Amino acid sequence: MSTDKDLLPVDPHDEPGHLPIADIPHTPRVTDTDPKAARRAERQVASMFLLSMVFVVLFVVAFVTIDKSAVVYIPVLGVVGASQIALGFTFGMAILLIGTGAIQWAKKLMPDVEVVQERHSLASTPKEDEAAKDNYDRGKEESGFARYTIIRRTLIGALALFPIPLVIMLRDLWQTPPGENPAEILSTTAWRDGLRIVPDTGETTGEFLKGIRPEDIPVGGLVSALPVNIMEIQKAEHNLNARGKAAIILVRMDPGEIRSQQGEGWDYQGILAYSKICTHVGCPIALYEHRTHHLLCPCHQSTFDLADSGDVIFGPAARRMPQLPIGVDEEGFLVAKSDFQQPVGPSFWERG
Amino acid sequence: MSTTSPLEKPAPVEKAGGAVATYVDQRLGSNRALGRNLGKVFPDHWSFMLGEIVLYSFIVVLLTGVYLTLFFKPSMVEVVYDGSYVPLKGVMMSEAYASSLDISFDVRGGLLIRQMHHWAALIFVAAMVVHAFRVFFTGAYRKPRELNWILGVVLLTLALAAGFTGYSLPDDLLSGTGLQIIRGIVQAIPVVGTWLAFFMFGGEYPGTDIISRLYSAHILLVPGLILAVVTVHLMMVWVQKHTQFPGPGRTNTNVVGYPLMPVYMAKAGGFFFVVFGVIALIGGLVTINPIWIFGPYTPDQVSAGTQPDWYIGWLDGALRLMPNWETVIAGYTISWNVLIPSVIIPGILFTLLALYPFIEAWVTGDKRDHNLLERPRNAPVRTGIGVMAIVFYGILWIGGGNDIVAVAFDMSINSISWALRILLIVAPPIAFIITKRICLGLQRKDRDKLLHGYESGRVLRLPHGEFIEVHQPINVKEMAVITSKTDHAVLPAPQKIDADGVRNPRYLVHSLRHRLSTFFYGDNVPTPSAAEIEHGQHHAAEQAAIEAPLHEYEDRDVIYNAHGGVLHHPGMPETNAEQIAEETRS
Amino acid sequence: MTVKFLAARRRNPAVAIALLLLALVVVGGAYSLASNAQPAVAAMGSQTQVEEGKKLYLEGCSSCHGLNAQGTKYGPTLIGVGAASVHFQVGTGRMPLAAPGAQAVAKPPAYNEDEVAKMAAYVATLAPGPAIPSAEQVDYADADVAKGGVLFRINCAQCHQAAGQGGALTQGKYAPSLMNATPTEIYEAMLTGPQNMPVFSDETLPVEEKKAIIAYVNELQQAPSPGGLALGRLGPVVEGLFLWTAVFAALIAAAVWIGIKAR
Repeated sequence: MSTDKDLLPVDPHDEPGHLPIADIPHTPRVTDTDPKAARRAERQVASMFLLSMVFVVLFVVAFVTIDKSAVVYIPVLGVVGASQIALGFTFGMAILLIGTGAIQWAKKLMPDVEVVQERHSLASTPKEDEAAKDNYDRGKEESGFARYTIIRRTLIGALALFPIPLVIMLRDLWQTPPGENPAEILSTTAWRDGLRIVPDTGETTGEFLKGIRPEDIPVGGLVSALPVNIMEIQKAEHNLNARGKAAIILVRMDPGEIRSQQGEGWDYQGILAYSKICTHVGCPIALYEHRTHHLLCPCHQSTFDLADSGDVIFGPAARRMPQLPIGVDEEGFLVAKSDFQQPVGPSFWERG
Repeated sequence: MSTTSPLEKPAPVEKAGGAVATYVDQRLGSNRALGRNLGKVFPDHWSFMLGEIVLYSFIVVLLTGVYLTLFFKPSMVEVVYDGSYVPLKGVMMSEAYASSLDISFDVRGGLLIRQMHHWAALIFVAAMVVHAFRVFFTGAYRKPRELNWILGVVLLTLALAAGFTGYSLPDDLLSGTGLQIIRGIVQAIPVVGTWLAFFMFGGEYPGTDIISRLYSAHILLVPGLILAVVTVHLMMVWVQKHTQFPGPGRTNTNVVGYPLMPVYMAKAGGFFFVVFGVIALIGGLVTINPIWIFGPYTPDQVSAGTQPDWYIGWLDGALRLMPNWETVIAGYTISWNVLIPSVIIPGILFTLLALYPFIEAWVTGDKRDHNLLERPRNAPVRTGIGVMAIVFYGILWIGGGNDIVAVAFDMSINSISWALRILLIVAPPIAFIITKRICLGLQRKDRDKLLHGYESGRVLRLPHGEFIEVHQPINVKEMAVITSKTDHAVLPAPQKIDADGVRNPRYLVHSLRHRLSTFFYGDNVPTPSAAEIEHGQHHAAEQAAIEAPLHEYEDRDVIYNAHGGVLHHPGMPETNAEQIAEETRS
Repeated sequence: MTVKFLAARRRNPAVAIALLLLALVVVGGAYSLASNAQPAVAAMGSQTQVEEGKKLYLEGCSSCHGLNAQGTKYGPTLIGVGAASVHFQVGTGRMPLAAPGAQAVAKPPAYNEDEVAKMAAYVATLAPGPAIPSAEQVDYADADVAKGGVLFRINCAQCHQAAGQGGALTQGKYAPSLMNATPTEIYEAMLTGPQNMPVFSDETLPVEEKKAIIAYVNELQQAPSPGGLALGRLGPVVEGLFLWTAVFAALIAAAVWIGIKAR
């Protein structure tokens, strides 16, 4: 390229006839001229260091004496943990004062005359470049790397291949059960035909785990629910995976207000069951506005209309909320009529 | 200040220290390095301390982090809580969450260290961003420091990773929801997404592996990489010497400042303690991440107002503002609504960030070494790009907190989202134009100051009757700063066919380069020549000379105002200091 | 006093004032006597309370909710909402609405306790609906706070936020902060599902569970902040704001102080 360095001017301070480099101005400080001020500064610095030591002692006292559950009222902060405040304040001041002392020492008492040091170009001299090249050439010649073609090629092959075992050994980051793949696992949940729905109460035992009757849910009601066998599954699998896919919400509206559903008769007398996992990136979603029938996700504000097949009406979610078909069993409890007819939660490549 | 006289004996500690130095020197030759470096000069400007804030907060993060590892249990096994925090007694939770509660309520000083760790981490990333902007706006990334800039971008990425893996460890409802979002993002990656997500979590979400895997990344992998890269980053600064702002005595080939020992050591060392102390005070007095309020993580619960830590907030905002585009082709889904804001846009931004020094060098054709910092006004397009980036980032940031904004200011989140979507496209270009115009205006003002001095506000009537405003010549410091501006030549326009009739095969590339170069520096106000500057300053001095007799007059005689009051008489205090001195004397 | 004395002063201006005062005393006294008789009548049966309530309703509520509480396009029907709804909405000042808008905002109530009770009694007669909770129903003294926390996070936190600070709903609506809610208000809100809040009837969320939730909200209201200044308990957004303002100001101030030349 012919267009570069010739056109560009050098450092203006290097140009002949330019303004000369100004002298570095310096005015003496009070502590330079007045010995009383200097002694005062010395006392200032020393007292900061002394105060720091006092705070260390206070820290130890606070640590040993203040009960860890005690609270105290401090203006501006409110009612706060006493131990926390005491330890934080004493520790912080102890350290801070060392810093302010050192800085004050430098500012007031150490010389403040600025010093000039020359920069040297870091680039090697042509002789050094030459020496490097010579050494390299000698080494290359002696190794025979260029000459021994077969050695070279097989070496490159071996070096290229040896990391492969390291990568392959990462395979069991997920010990895949035989015959399974992620897409299939993501596409099914614990729900089955006839499986009872129970409310999520945070309990693992109790009357409620029997089920929910439709008459117990008022119009405008919202119930977070799970399959009746969820605790068995959790105990068997030792994790919360099933809960993460099977969590649903039951909402009840006037049957006349249901404009559309994802399947004929999937509701039960105005009670609709929808997945509780947002189809955007998977946050649980239970913010139900019972008059507008809108379901709002707190994470990214995707909004679904549950009176209209759970269609997306605002926000970044692209797909509607999956609906679970429900009915009642012989004893009058709400049950699922099948699994979800589409994968719940966020989209994925193989979703189709 | 005292100097040791040759007759004084060194203190015992000094003697011992000398012996140690000799011992090590005989084995490693260290005295040579000490000799070279104890007097190394470092320039002094507050904005150079930003990098120090990053380093010192990182050290605090490491120290407090080690303490936390002694108590934290990175296990997702469900246990029943039995500690001293009453509102969670008897609740099922993971051991990770339970041990975090123990640190907060049952280990004395545990909450202090936990909060210091978290605040220090926030400061670490924030200072890094401000430091990066300082480097950007002053052009410190230009040759020979391009490589260090790339290391800086790497460090920024590692810091984000460290922060994210860290705050997810307590396995509380807030950070766990963030992890759930990450799973959704990974899953959306085409072709390999689902497999990647399953490998990451050891199977289905949430599984029982993720916390311990994040733990190993957070305490071993990421800090190790950060330490290694930071060491190289600092070594490069040491070897290349720090850049400096233009000023009196400062050139492109020297460093003006204070020597390492004693001044810089004291100031830098002192600043370490100040940063540490501030972190300890904040960690003790201000709550951060009260995990006991959010409760233990379970994949079927969420709280309103769920946001990640501030440095991930812009990505959350991008996810909120993105329109819901998704395409399905032949049975395969591509979720643009997730990929664009979380993978594509950040990927492009970080790549551009890393490559920026090289892009600018190509555009300007500048191959010189730069050790003097450039004032932002002298590179209007660079400054404009930086402001554009800040505006873009800031809008996404606000988007990330749009529900908090809605509740705080009583607005509709839907309106806020729409407004921000539009602003995101429209505001950055407007910010660029405004910034560029401001920079050019400042350049013109500088030129005026050089040629005419600065306006003093005093009106003078010349002997022949003309009224002028007295211009004061600018002082030495300002002169040095303003004249540091270099004239950047624009790369010439290429010829399609040169004088000998040979076609230029790279005409398009050269033509693009010429156009970009013109855009970058073409509008710059030209610097006056040395002769012009001298003339201008001389002219200003002449005016001051005309005014001078008035001051003599003031010294010689009493001046009355229109009502007979005395404005000035000889011996009257001229400055506030003198006035105060007089009053305290009497 | 002689007639002559009075007659001689019949045109005195003070007479008018004295007569006025006399009239006020007589009328006022008669009224207070008459209204003092009211409670006795009311105590005998709620019929009068219902009538009074209906009067209050017609004056202050019927323009939006209809003459027969059947609802109009400005306000929903009140048939079946129960006494609890009225006690909640009017008692917290949400109703009557100050201005049409996305949300009814809690403000100083326009009616006193007595009037609210009357209006509630009237609305209760329209159709069966949730009753005002009894003192026993909102007595949370023995409730399990931890259980309440679990239930709160399942049913309430997604709208009201984990610390009860409130959250945004769509189109300018919001779930309000719970920091000033009384136990009765909380119970009534769960029971009646005001505005867009879902309805948590006593069948889906039994009394014991409601008590536990009230106990937990009470805990949130008066809990100390163990870590220091609470920053509103709103999460990382406010923490980030504090970082970029107060904390950074302190650090930059320190850096500038280091660089400034000493005097």
